[in-house]
Amino acid sequence: MPAIEVSGLKKAYGSLQAVDSISFTIDKGEVFSLLGPNGAGKTTTIEILEGLRERDAGDVKVLGMDPWKQGGELHKKIGVIPQGFTFLPYITPKEAVNYYANLFDVKVDADQILRTVLLEDSKSSYFMKLSGGQKQKMGLALSLVNRPDFVFLDEPTTGLDPQARRAVWDVIRNLKKEGISVMLTTHYLEEAEELADRVAIMNKGKIITAGSPAQIIAEYGSGEKIRVRGDEDLAEFLRTQTGLQVAFVDGVVVVTLKAKGDTLAVLQAIGKSGMEWSDLTIRNDSLEDVFVRLIGSKLDEGQTAGAS
Amino acid sequence: MGAAKRIKADLVNFAHSYSRSRIGLFFGLAFPVILILLFGAIFSGSGSASTVYVQNLDNGPVGSLFVQTLNGTGVLHIDLVPSSQNFSQYLLSNSASDGLVIPSNFSAAYQADDHVNVTEYWNPSSSTSEGIYIVTTGVLNAFNLQKANGTAVLGVQTQTIKSSSYTYIDFLIPGMIGFAILVSPMFAITNISAQYKRDKIFKQLSLTPLTKTDWLIAKIGFYIVLTFASFLLMSAFGIFAFGAHITFTPWIIPFLLIGPFLFVSLGMLVGTVSTSVESAAVVGNLITFPMMFLSGTFFPVSTMPAYLQNVAHVLPLFYVIEGLNNVMIYGNNGAALQDLAVLIVISLVIFALAVRFFKWRED
Repeated sequence: MPAIEVSGLKKAYGSLQAVDSISFTIDKGEVFSLLGPNGAGKTTTIEILEGLRERDAGDVKVLGMDPWKQGGELHKKIGVIPQGFTFLPYITPKEAVNYYANLFDVKVDADQILRTVLLEDSKSSYFMKLSGGQKQKMGLALSLVNRPDFVFLDEPTTGLDPQARRAVWDVIRNLKKEGISVMLTTHYLEEAEELADRVAIMNKGKIITAGSPAQIIAEYGSGEKIRVRGDEDLAEFLRTQTGLQVAFVDGVVVVTLKAKGDTLAVLQAIGKSGMEWSDLTIRNDSLEDVFVRLIGSKLDEGQTAGAS
Repeated sequence: MGAAKRIKADLVNFAHSYSRSRIGLFFGLAFPVILILLFGAIFSGSGSASTVYVQNLDNGPVGSLFVQTLNGTGVLHIDLVPSSQNFSQYLLSNSASDGLVIPSNFSAAYQADDHVNVTEYWNPSSSTSEGIYIVTTGVLNAFNLQKANGTAVLGVQTQTIKSSSYTYIDFLIPGMIGFAILVSPMFAITNISAQYKRDKIFKQLSLTPLTKTDWLIAKIGFYIVLTFASFLLMSAFGIFAFGAHITFTPWIIPFLLIGPFLFVSLGMLVGTVSTSVESAAVVGNLITFPMMFLSGTFFPVSTMPAYLQNVAHVLPLFYVIEGLNNVMIYGNNGAALQDLAVLIVISLVIFALAVRFFKWRED
């Protein structure tokens, strides 16, 4: 039985159809990432799965339960960091963990949990004094207090500096190692590529495509390319020598590869040409390239505070 | 069992959070003490004589005798103005409210049995003017009686209602306790609930087994403890700084319990129906300030016009203060029971409304 099953899920706010009949499943132990620009419906979807919002239509089962009707039961088995996690300013991470342990009526080793999320050094600082990354880690620590089978992370690294983001990634990898399923929304594509077993790309309330990052790139990408700095003569030479599609843009020759052997053929042709060349790279499309093609805009255009 | 443990955990967590924030401590403990010191200083016995400026233009002896007698009452402080001064100009330039002018023909008219007036200058908005008028007419009547060779047959002996040693501050204390019961939870909870909503902390808590009723009960529990602490602090400062007499009766306790219950619930209701922290503050002030002034905190409700008294009777704080007056000053516990009954009904309704409208999960 999958950890999450969603079919035909719909939610509207007035005339705005925020989630428009989406379906997907998440397997146990999987890291699943929901990608999409702001306003795509990611947070609405994740909040319906957490039992924070009532759906208009569709079937939703989280760990076999209806999240809206069986919220109380479900919340004992899931962990959640809401988007833009905040907490009481004058409470320390260690106190917060113990507070949650009392609410859930479980015995925990607060130091151990704070070690898991790499926050042990700041366990006695007030929440208001923590850095953005440390605040998110405290959110992660709270989501783990009840030893959840499933963790929801809604944009856990938005606004963090690259170092803090990588620290949060390490924590998410640890969760996966412990067999905890994770649903992650993000608008950083390399985050999804780095962490997720499967991703679903969402736009305007619909899921456009879903699968592993490699599958999506293979399906929607433009294939592997060799880029080499040279002049127009080199481009012409490679076109006649290899018969491949060759473009010349701003002093860079771009050769689109079709088959595995093409790589060697192009390299040999460059050597044979005897012309000036430099900065040779072989690269496939990234998830971001695919995303731009699918959505028609950059994902995090003008909406992120941190580095991307 | 589970609920008790959750409420305790939330109470401890809130107490940590509260005691570390200086603003919370100020409104909870320091503010009531400042209030009692301030009012105690304003209304304590010393310096209570009203100053009155007197210009004696009389050519004969009766004017001076009249001034001496006024001075002898001990309730007025006489400041003589030289007859060369323009009197009303003098009052204005000294920002003085009250003055008396004794005319030049005062002695002559007195001796000739002619009618003569002293002139009182007064400020309609000043509470001292009325007292000065009463004292002045009293002294004038004594002079009239003397002139008619009469003897006073009827007299008045004054005594405060409780015991002769009671002072003005003692009558202010129930009002100020009511004030502390209202202000501290109302301001804090209105603000906290609007902030928690904005920062999605309620949403966060809704993902734990804590229920909204648990949350509200924990806050009520905390403010009950805080209210007892501020009651003891206010009493201590009242006693040591001003020698106040406070009746410590077990009948005070139900009011210290129901008050926080009522105003934490009301603060929650205001905070949760408001759309932003700013609008919650505005709505909170709109409810708190009129209630503060119209419920008999600083002046007795019976001095207000009838229509305002009707308004006072629908304000819950009125029953807190009336009840505290009943148990602390009049010892009228039967009347206090009625106040308590009204308060319990209002509190249960507001608590139920707060729980009903308090949205824990969706925005």
